[in-house]
Amino acid sequence: MAAFGKTFCKLCSVWVAGCLILIAPALADMPKDPLNSVMWEDMHDEFFAGSKVVFDDRVVVVVPNIIENQAQVPVTADARALKDVQRLVVFADLNPIAHVLTLMPSKADPFVSFRMKVEQGTPIRAAALTADGVWHVGGVYLDAAGGGCSAPAVARNLANWADTVGQTQGRVWRRADGRSRLRMRMKHPMDTGLAQDNTPAFFVEDLQMRSSGGELLARVRLAEPVSEDPTLTLQVQLPASDNAVTIDGRDNSGSLFKSSIPAPFNPS
Amino acid sequence: MSRRVAPFFDAGRRSSLSGHFNRRDVLTGLTAAGLSPAATALLPVFDSQAARLSYELSPTKVRDGVWMIAGKQEAITRENGGAIANIGIVDTTEGAVVIDTGSSKAFGEALVRLARDLTGKPVVRAYLTHFHPDHVFGNQAFANGVVAAPEPLISGLAAMGEDFSSAMYYIAGDWMRGTEVIIPKTVVSDGVEEIGGHTFRTRVLSGHTDCDLVVTDETTGIVFAGDLIFLDRAPTTPHAELNVWRSSLAEFDKMFDRSALVVPGHGPVKEVAVGREQTERWLNDIEAKIRDCFERGLSATEAIAEPLPRWTQSIALARYEYERSVLHIYPQLEAGTWPRVDTSID
Repeated sequence: MAAFGKTFCKLCSVWVAGCLILIAPALADMPKDPLNSVMWEDMHDEFFAGSKVVFDDRVVVVVPNIIENQAQVPVTADARALKDVQRLVVFADLNPIAHVLTLMPSKADPFVSFRMKVEQGTPIRAAALTADGVWHVGGVYLDAAGGGCSAPAVARNLANWADTVGQTQGRVWRRADGRSRLRMRMKHPMDTGLAQDNTPAFFVEDLQMRSSGGELLARVRLAEPVSEDPTLTLQVQLPASDNAVTIDGRDNSGSLFKSSIPAPFNPS
Repeated sequence: MSRRVAPFFDAGRRSSLSGHFNRRDVLTGLTAAGLSPAATALLPVFDSQAARLSYELSPTKVRDGVWMIAGKQEAITRENGGAIANIGIVDTTEGAVVIDTGSSKAFGEALVRLARDLTGKPVVRAYLTHFHPDHVFGNQAFANGVVAAPEPLISGLAAMGEDFSSAMYYIAGDWMRGTEVIIPKTVVSDGVEEIGGHTFRTRVLSGHTDCDLVVTDETTGIVFAGDLIFLDRAPTTPHAELNVWRSSLAEFDKMFDRSALVVPGHGPVKEVAVGREQTERWLNDIEAKIRDCFERGLSATEAIAEPLPRWTQSIALARYEYERSVLHIYPQLEAGTWPRVDTSID
């Protein structure tokens, strides 16, 4: 009996040691999550597998103190305090679809404001990939009653919703520092595919902003959690010689949406 | 920083949440399932600390035979159980008349008891000023037919009541126990109702919501303005049309002498001119502020962080309601004022 106990203990310790060896490398690469999310390990593997990750206060996520509508939560992701940001990824750990959007700021600031759906209270994070291959992660915890991802789009109550898909409104503000503020809104139901009315996923997935001279300023990859009628704010570097920003959009059904926002340069 | 969930869903989602699984179902479902308190305590939605379930309603006398139960100058929380709106009580020979019914079944029941204590009579009429949950969710405590409201309020409550209810259960928790959405049966419109020697004049306006009832007890001269007038507490705008609201405030000038005493929806009793002017000043100032942010190209989250006019420092919940108003007004401005820029849609 005693011998069996000893062997059993040995076997146990071997098993425990084996487990530690197996999981140790993963833990060593993964910094402790300041928001203490149960999904952090999954998020880490999904978005950053194999890369160096640091939590960094210079990547800021701003949300309101009050959540008025779970289907339209305003969010700003701002990594302007970092240099050489290649892409800025926004995700929500506890959303049924975690990825919200990715900004690739070719000639733009690593900054984006938009509205998103939340299905429940969740961390909202922004991760900025810098030129040295490091992901810098910031975020906040958002408290919300939930249901934003599973409620049907408001457009689904309108008989003529299809007539307005892709209609775009917007405005560009030239700034003295050469950075132009671009705000735009595109009519689109942004169906998540999770709504109780069984509408399949139908959403804008790509927006490319170019100067009127054809230079790519920024590209945004959108996912289902971006709110109905996506409304984005970006900061782009528009050459003084250019007088408009063009936007090429595409949704997951292959529809193409083109628009052009006038941006006359006024040197006053 | 604590983040709060506001009690009002966006009006645009009116029908989208109907049939939705809601928090009230969760709460009533738990009790029906006979789960032990220990088991329910493990659920993260509810605080393990039990709410104090009795509302301490303390009436203040406005005039002989007229009282106000002052709402707390706060947002709806799990601590205050939604008792944030002013409620009026008038003693008539026929019975008590109340203006608004409060935030929950328990509040309504406490209101009925208090009205009986004060007047020695049952409540024979309860007027609702508008459909917001802090004003109408006490309906359940009143006999059928006693609760009266204008038709647009009744249809609005029928459409939005369940969404309001879900939000209220989420925010106020156990204070809401047993509360159901009760749709009033008695319709009032512009006119007068004689009750026990008092003449109650009802006037249907709008702007704070699409239907705001003003009740005047012409016998005592006291005006119950509902949420068309806020005083020393920031006005709320989830269903507001600011221009219409301002027109309704202008109506007050025609309807009442400046010195008429007003029980506002939120805030202390003062002459009508005081609350009416402060409410309009707030609406003007925050609208100008929000439009300015919008014109400068700020996003909603940036607009929320902007400083407020100095005078609003003495107004309860100024920052909170300003933030909410940004969230209400920004999408309207974006959709309503930016030019169309699309050139082709394939």
